[in-house]
Amino acid sequence: MSSNILLFLTTFFASAVEAVEALTIVLAVGVVRGWRSTLIGVAAAGVVLAVVVAALGPALRHIPIDTLRFVVGALLLAFGIQWLRKAILRASGYKPLHDEGEAFARERRVAAEMPSESGGMDWYSFTVAFKGVLLEGLEVVFIVVTFGSTQGKLGLAAAAAAAAVVVVVAVGAVVRGPLERVPENTLKYAVGVLLTSFGVFWAGEGAGVDWPGSDLAILGIVAFLAAVSFALTGYLRRAPRPVVADA
Amino acid sequence: MRYVRAFVRFWWDFIVGDDWRAAAGIAGLLALTWFLEHERYNIWWLLPVGIALVLVESVRREARGGS
Repeated sequence: MSSNILLFLTTFFASAVEAVEALTIVLAVGVVRGWRSTLIGVAAAGVVLAVVVAALGPALRHIPIDTLRFVVGALLLAFGIQWLRKAILRASGYKPLHDEGEAFARERRVAAEMPSESGGMDWYSFTVAFKGVLLEGLEVVFIVVTFGSTQGKLGLAAAAAAAAVVVVVAVGAVVRGPLERVPENTLKYAVGVLLTSFGVFWAGEGAGVDWPGSDLAILGIVAFLAAVSFALTGYLRRAPRPVVADA
Repeated sequence: MRYVRAFVRFWWDFIVGDDWRAAAGIAGLLALTWFLEHERYNIWWLLPVGIALVLVESVRREARGGS
């Protein structure tokens, strides 16, 4: 039960973060250059993502569960530790916070500078919307497929991701602007801890680890990695710092 | 060739990211865990503790401005 809730929350929040980033790009291009080509780009990316899910989902069922958990756990670890590292560096002031308002203004500026094509398809809008939705969407697909297949709950993971996308798009449609007030950095911090914790748990199971407390061990791993992350953030906030260029 | 390079680059950025040492540390830890578990050692604590150390080292290196 607790692992189901954690799975839903992790997939929901990770998908919400990616959806906010995709929405920022789509809104900036759509507002400046018009919606027709932008929305066709969004739809085309949606079709490609659906094909990827349709191809990956059934293929994963043929892989032995321990091998699948080991590989998925390893991927989640690599992926989660990147999120967590950046979140810790942002929370401690070593990296600038990710600002959707600034990202929106930048995309808007670039979109306005590109020459527009009269009549027919605006390929700039199409390409930017397509790439933005495809790249952010691939991260969502990766999380849904890995979480869903490893725990045998693809439907739950897909529902969490779909709910996140619906919520983000609905809020975006209401505010008609970038979702600046979403605490994206806090979400990334939490999702980084959760992805890394699930990665440790599944990779360990795949490698043959017999976790004390079985599934409940996930909660212990989450608590442990969260404590380490908070301690590291606190230490860095107090430490004297060199000037670091943003990566 | 350009597309192949872009494809490989995408997956490298996606999985390894900007700290290949952390990715290598994870791979080493997983290999060690797998080996010891198959030698029948009960070392469930190795992976969480090892990952925490990889994280601390990766953050510390980037905070110092190294890559």
